[in-house]
Amino acid sequence: MPKIQLHGITKRFGKKQVLNGIDLDIMPGESLVVIGGSGSGKSVLIKSILGLITPDEGTIKIDGQDVTHLSERKREKHVMRKFGMLFQGGALFDSMKVWENVAFGLISVHGKSPRDAKEIAIQKLADVGLNADVGELFPVELSGGMQKRVALARAIATEPEIIFFDEPTTGLDPIMADVINDLIVECVNKLGATAVTITHDMASVRKIARHVAMIYQGRIIWYGPASQIDHSGNEYVDQFIHGRATGPIEMAVRKD
Amino acid sequence: MTTAAKPADLILDFCQGIGAVIVQFCQATGKFAWFTLLSISHIFRPPYYWRNLVKQLIEVGYYSLPVVGLTAIFTGMVLVLQSYTGFARFNAESAIASVVVLSITRELGPVLGGLMVAGRIGAAFAAELGTMRVTEQIDALRTLSTSPFKYLVAPRLIAGVVMLPILVLVADIIGVLGGYLVAVYRLDFNPYTYLQHTWNFLENMDVVSGLVKASVFGFIITLMGCYHGYHSGKGAEGVGAATTHAVVSASILILLSNYFLTGLFFGS
Repeated sequence: MPKIQLHGITKRFGKKQVLNGIDLDIMPGESLVVIGGSGSGKSVLIKSILGLITPDEGTIKIDGQDVTHLSERKREKHVMRKFGMLFQGGALFDSMKVWENVAFGLISVHGKSPRDAKEIAIQKLADVGLNADVGELFPVELSGGMQKRVALARAIATEPEIIFFDEPTTGLDPIMADVINDLIVECVNKLGATAVTITHDMASVRKIARHVAMIYQGRIIWYGPASQIDHSGNEYVDQFIHGRATGPIEMAVRKD
Repeated sequence: MTTAAKPADLILDFCQGIGAVIVQFCQATGKFAWFTLLSISHIFRPPYYWRNLVKQLIEVGYYSLPVVGLTAIFTGMVLVLQSYTGFARFNAESAIASVVVLSITRELGPVLGGLMVAGRIGAAFAAELGTMRVTEQIDALRTLSTSPFKYLVAPRLIAGVVMLPILVLVADIIGVLGGYLVAVYRLDFNPYTYLQHTWNFLENMDVVSGLVKASVFGFIITLMGCYHGYHSGKGAEGVGAATTHAVVSASILILLSNYFLTGLFFGS
């Protein structure tokens, strides 16, 4: 049974049709990378799965359970605890210390005591290459790369079954981006989690993905194994992975 | 070649415009009502985030004391000076103490205190929640199985409802003290007589009505701050607009609700 099932997902913001009938099955333990240009609907897609956005039409199933219109209370109680999420900008709570950020889910979701949660948080920080001293700092005191590592530690802290990575390497230098890619692969393999990554960084795609889906104008226009991406036979995919300005993909100038 | 629009089309466009405005108004009203109901319901549903609550109680209460205190003392001082110049024309100086205490406890304490706190706390809440919205921290809370209403909004609302009456009570005392200082040390009133007139004309209802008003104002201020911050637009401009809307709407609602509350307490 697929871990995540999407059927006929549509979403419109004003006049802009962002998602236009997405069908996708993601199997347990899969590492799927969704690629596509800016404004193609990648972020809306994972926010719909997470329940942060409600789709206009279609169904979303997690472990076979329809969660499309689940109440906020039931979602918090039964579904959200399965998820971990690395946000594009980190989304670390700037009023809390680094260790408190990582321990947040352990305390609120798993009911751990602050002392136990801190121990686990420091262990998770070590897993992403940060020492215990960093745990006592505030997020604003960290560089962009370190913030991404902390956000990764927070995403994996509760050992979720499904982890989403939203543009994990955006804004990082190539070396730090590679470090983050390695950490994502290592953490996902260690947890045995189902991973969904959205990115337009091809280095991330080649490192993280087992399967790749390309989204264009709100539809999945290609899906296949990562090893086949260079021989997809799809002119849209070819233009995207080679970063050509000319081709069938027309980039939207306006966001809306 | 252009053709002139038919009268029927013009009427249709006009009706569409009015319809769109009505729909937008209904949507905004519904959105605000739903936010208010959800916020109130989360106040009564566990779990409670006590650490957050204590932090907000200190933020709203303790850190607003200097602003509210200064407003109160100068209000009391000015009130005595103004009353004196007016009342002296009718040889009614003895009424000054009672006018000051009634004005401060019934109206000026809660209203001016509320407006000052709206500027300080309403703006701060809108900016904080707005920044959290823009940087996806509110979404992050939800992915960590935590309701933003329970974690962010409910503690702020409780802090507003609980701390505003305490602030206004302190403001009442400071305001009366300010009036006393000017009356006794500048206008040479007899201290004993001034205090006697202050105390004799004061009834429980004068103070209680002011404190109830303060509690309502505290709810309005924190609700407006949270609502506009939670629904902040993108970027610095969005957060700036949310902050402005929070302060302006809270201030207007304070003045509006003050009229109805005064009517409720003293209308008959």
